[in-house]
Amino acid sequence: MFKSVYNWIDERLDITPLWRDVADHEVPEHVNPAHHFSAFVYCFGGLTFFITVIQILSGMFLTMYYVPDIINAYASVDYLQHKVAFGQIVRGMHHFGASLVIVMMFLHTLRVFFTGSYKAPREMNWVVGMLIFFIMLGLGFTGYLLPWDNKAYYATKVGVEIAASVPVLGPYIADFLYGGDIVGAQTLTRFFAIHVFFLPGALIAMLAAHFIMIRKQGISGPL
Amino acid sequence: MAHGHNSNEKVVFVGDSRVKKSNHPNIPPDYTSFPGKSEAFIPNFLLKEWMVGCVVLVGFLVWVIAEPAPLGYPADPTNAAFIPMPDWYFLFLYQFLKYPYVSQDYILLGTLGVPGVMFGALMLAPFLDTGKERRFYRRPIASSLMILSLVACVYLTVVSWDHYQHMLEVNGQVPEHHERADKAREAALAGEERPNYMEPEVEASLVDANDPAMDIAKQAQCIGCHAADLKGQGSIPGLAGVGDLLTKEEIADVITNGRGGMPAQADKLNAEEIDQLATWLSKQKVAAE
Repeated sequence: MFKSVYNWIDERLDITPLWRDVADHEVPEHVNPAHHFSAFVYCFGGLTFFITVIQILSGMFLTMYYVPDIINAYASVDYLQHKVAFGQIVRGMHHFGASLVIVMMFLHTLRVFFTGSYKAPREMNWVVGMLIFFIMLGLGFTGYLLPWDNKAYYATKVGVEIAASVPVLGPYIADFLYGGDIVGAQTLTRFFAIHVFFLPGALIAMLAAHFIMIRKQGISGPL
Repeated sequence: MAHGHNSNEKVVFVGDSRVKKSNHPNIPPDYTSFPGKSEAFIPNFLLKEWMVGCVVLVGFLVWVIAEPAPLGYPADPTNAAFIPMPDWYFLFLYQFLKYPYVSQDYILLGTLGVPGVMFGALMLAPFLDTGKERRFYRRPIASSLMILSLVACVYLTVVSWDHYQHMLEVNGQVPEHHERADKAREAALAGEERPNYMEPEVEASLVDANDPAMDIAKQAQCIGCHAADLKGQGSIPGLAGVGDLLTKEEIADVITNGRGGMPAQADKLNAEEIDQLATWLSKQKVAAE
């Protein structure tokens, strides 16, 4: 049954090569913790992706209740936290997952750096990885404002003030982020849009590039 | 079908479609050049990975259930006492920008100069460290620069966090999310409703607005300062709800003798009018509605 469905699709779309590229490959011994426990350092990239998937899923559920306007934002987070079934857990996963993803990504970056895996021919993958790093920091920064409590408000204010101190471009960056003169209604909706649409879109594109490159180039060899 | 799978034509399509059948050999990269026991990704390795993933997920969920995500009080742009604090992974940069020569007149160096060079170098690492050697102990310059940056980031983060704790202590503050959680717990233990910080303040409105005393208020120029609806303006307090704060006698005293910035009205109103006005104002209670 499964085979005939697969054949039916394959006949039309020729998916076998695609499937081969994605899934049909070997895991060499030197990155497999089952053979050398110290190879667990090679797991941080996969864990980063795992937590990223958790972030995307929990974020999708949070947007079912979250309201991005200054009157209701805090109230909706409060409601999520205390009234919605499992709301506290989903919000907790998203809140702590944000820190965890940074930690995992940081460890993954250090592993790649100290094993020299960014060297030829994998330079481009390193650069894409750094772009992912910056996108993640952007997601952290924009997501921090959304609960609309004092911590969120003042951290954003200070953050944008720092960005505004950059010469020439600074005022434009501040204008773009604030959408006005202060952290206010416009800022919240902008940060929400950036956090939920712009950056995740960029992130998924970059992750796709990251993974396609690693499949093309394979895992770097043992030291 | 126009093109069978065994067609000898140069461009072969999938079935009857315009989808090109790829003709690259499609041999997955093998790791025969790395000696050792390699393992198929699907299903062997992936199954183990999923098991580890489940353990990680359970651990994560236990953490999340044990430690609710923090939430402070609603944002108040007029709150001058609040100590701003970014998320922990920005603290190194936040602390860095507090030092002389990277702040004030040198802020350009702090925001663009040093971080630009550091992050630029990190991003372009493969083009700066171009040697063939991969082992970190054979790349002393790259490795030591990275370790130095790591130590600096950890140091800055710790200093920033210590400074925050110190500021909290000096100002006698508790982080709002702790305070809020404590109050919620106290309320729960006392069997009360959790404090609701989103309850709109009950706005006082005039009781018996058509009372003849309102005409006295108009004649006596009360509305000149306390506004036409007696809701107050600027620093001048509103009179709606004044009955909750002062008794009739106290109100009569304030009208007669004045208080603070309010002039005495004894020469404008006779005793009967003052009494009438004070009686009416003392009825101005929010609870009366």
